[in-house]
Amino acid sequence: MKYLEEFQNPELARRLLDDIRAAVTRPWALMEVCGGQTHTIIRHGIDQLLPEGVELIHGPGCPVCVTPLEVIDKALEIASRPEVIFCSFGDMLRVPGTGKDLFRVRSEGGDVRVVYSPLDALRIAEQNPDKQVVFFGIGFETTAPPNAMTVYQAKKRGIRNFSLLVSHVRVPPAIEAIMQSPDCRVQGFLAAGHVCSVMGTAEYPELAERFRVPIVVTGFEPLDILEGIRRTVRQLERGEHAVDNAYPRAVRDEGNPAAQAMLADVFETTDRAWRGIGTIPQSGWRLSSRYREFDAEHRFDVGDVNTCEPAACRAGEVLQGLLKPNECEAFGTVCTPRNPLGATMVSSEGACAAYYLYRRLGAPAAPAAPLEASPVA
Amino acid sequence: MPDTDTLAAPDFSNWSCPLPLRDHPRVVMGHGGGGALSAELVEHVFAPAFGGPVLAALGDSAAVTLGGVRLAFSTDSYVVRPLFFPGGSIGDLAVNGTVNDLAMSGAAAAYLSCGFILEEGVETAQVARVAQALGAAARAAGVEVATGDTKVVEAGRGDGIYLNTAGIGLIPAGVDLRPQRAEPGDVVIVSGPIGLHGVAVMSVREGLEFGVDVQSDCAPLGGLVQAMLAVTPDLHVLRDPTRGGLGASLNEIAAAAGVGVVVQERSIPVPPEVANACAILGLDPLYVANEGKLVAFVPRQHADAVLEAMRAHPYGAGAAVIGECVADHPGMVVARTALGGTRVIDLPVGEQLPRIC
Amino acid sequence: MCLAVPGRVMEIEERDGTRMAVVDFGGVVKDVCLEYLPDLAVGEYAIVHVGFALQRLDEESARRTLELFEELGLLQEEFGDPWEAAAGAPKEAETT
Repeated sequence: MKYLEEFQNPELARRLLDDIRAAVTRPWALMEVCGGQTHTIIRHGIDQLLPEGVELIHGPGCPVCVTPLEVIDKALEIASRPEVIFCSFGDMLRVPGTGKDLFRVRSEGGDVRVVYSPLDALRIAEQNPDKQVVFFGIGFETTAPPNAMTVYQAKKRGIRNFSLLVSHVRVPPAIEAIMQSPDCRVQGFLAAGHVCSVMGTAEYPELAERFRVPIVVTGFEPLDILEGIRRTVRQLERGEHAVDNAYPRAVRDEGNPAAQAMLADVFETTDRAWRGIGTIPQSGWRLSSRYREFDAEHRFDVGDVNTCEPAACRAGEVLQGLLKPNECEAFGTVCTPRNPLGATMVSSEGACAAYYLYRRLGAPAAPAAPLEASPVA
Repeated sequence: MPDTDTLAAPDFSNWSCPLPLRDHPRVVMGHGGGGALSAELVEHVFAPAFGGPVLAALGDSAAVTLGGVRLAFSTDSYVVRPLFFPGGSIGDLAVNGTVNDLAMSGAAAAYLSCGFILEEGVETAQVARVAQALGAAARAAGVEVATGDTKVVEAGRGDGIYLNTAGIGLIPAGVDLRPQRAEPGDVVIVSGPIGLHGVAVMSVREGLEFGVDVQSDCAPLGGLVQAMLAVTPDLHVLRDPTRGGLGASLNEIAAAAGVGVVVQERSIPVPPEVANACAILGLDPLYVANEGKLVAFVPRQHADAVLEAMRAHPYGAGAAVIGECVADHPGMVVARTALGGTRVIDLPVGEQLPRIC
Repeated sequence: MCLAVPGRVMEIEERDGTRMAVVDFGGVVKDVCLEYLPDLAVGEYAIVHVGFALQRLDEESARRTLELFEELGLLQEEFGDPWEAAAGAPKEAETT
């Protein structure tokens, strides 16, 4: 595919790696925010190719993982109803709520369907006027505009049997929360490129300045990731902390104004719980009062869904780079990819799952060996 | 900025999110996906209930001795939706799937059985079209449908047409193809471009539809296997990477033989349309289904000749060496990435799902 | 959040009052909503996520980025092969 393959070129990757090597004089801990970037890193083995000491900490940018248990339980409750066709991105079907997941709801007779786009769910609503069609609206700023447009269309076209179960989250408050954590080791961020395709870069200079961290807007192909790392490391070596755009082919400073306008109409910011982390102020979106009638939480009385989080694992510390996965008591014993305790063991790109696989391989664990050196003075 | 002091600080130490549920009181789709869930069902439910020494080999087909004759014996059921897809139909699959399972034991399929499970209300013309496709595929594969059965289930209790076929064939003398025979030094060969069947079916599946000029690779592999065995009867393993794709097949072989497998990612033939469809949907071509491909573990000294014989056959024209069998990391499949890194090709858990992240 | 890929607009049409395009992703064709990039024209590339074009792909910028990567290599070449050197040598950082 044009504009993907060129950015996977091994020869150019080697040149970028050479340049990173030439620039690095001491250890640095960078966080790639987005789960999609983590996927590329693991998929291509990029973390093993970096100079020793350049550590990638996998961030919380997996919308599936951070969707709070309570919302998943609400989804399970709604999807179980006989009058409901419950539509979702494929990622969410395997994510467990309390005691079950959407696959199991389907096995119990629920009509749960995987769609590629929220517009597919809207079409299903039109085709099934005697059913209630609910779309599971999860995701970061990239996915929120498609979901917003779908609700807008439902209202405009009078498709009243459609509703959205909303659990949108925003990146900048998450970066802020990570940096405010007392033991935070993150020294630079690879910001999520496609979030910035929508939102632009205006939210980041304040964060970069306040926390004195470089924030480099980064794409998703191997060369993009390496360029993000290269630019972040160069800033760190120079003692700088600016916002930089390493993904200019897809990110403009102003983002997509039409999408931002739609977001402002359909959603309003709200405090949002992140699964296992807790509530981050103003970190989410919910439907605005103008679209309240399309809110599945209002349409279906699921206010009494009670949740209790399962026994804790230490993924939060892993997530911040405070704990190596294999230092956790549960690692490889009660917690394995087959029976994971936490997010970082769930998906193949999770830090714990990657460690687990590479430990079995007998090779140096990924990500690269931990750093003993302290952050920059 | 919002006032961050009004709420408790986020607690990263208590991060405890999704854990896919393995303790299933009911069957989920993943149990049929050819991955870890399928394997668990076989291991924990079927093998304890009725497993014997033959089943324990867990090959694509069973090798049994009857009256002094070595037979390959296999059965498979077909529930594909839609019934007709670019490059084939459920009828083609029902023949080629079973013929290929037998071929993976080195046997040329001789006879098939065929069971039709029909849903009340399905058009008889549709049944006829499937039957004709099945007949044509059987003739092309050189196999005779020797016995059959028909059942009808009430409307709403089936999905139009389900098929089951079983087949038998003779295993030639001196041929012993089993996953357990993979050994370090073996060369791993795949018979052509991967992922075509899975992408062709997905392209017409409700909710995912996309336009793509890809046909299912559905084909009978008996002839290709005979051509390979003509080079040497001492091939170690053949496997047709259907559900779960090449990734699942390599894992099954690595686990069965207690060996490691290393593949060079750049050597694996992935057609651009397959790669691009996977890029859009967030899938890995290594886990996408094939219906006319095989993966072979071949002793190194025969590898060149076997590869040549495969390339000379129409169903092996795109054959390529993709890796080797090693003594390191037993039970694991590892890919060397184009960039020079390493990644582990794990056994997929269940069915692959389009992802957004 | 981020599985978005670049595709080329083949056709544009109004459907149910919505601006839609047929977009080609290297031989894979899907319907894509253009409401967020209403002035996107046939022949242009866009970043597409879950069936929505979210940002125009700047082809000139893509070309410049690749050129920059090419130039990086030229600067390195005069220093021999730092890849090999770095792989074999301990890092300075660990001695500081």
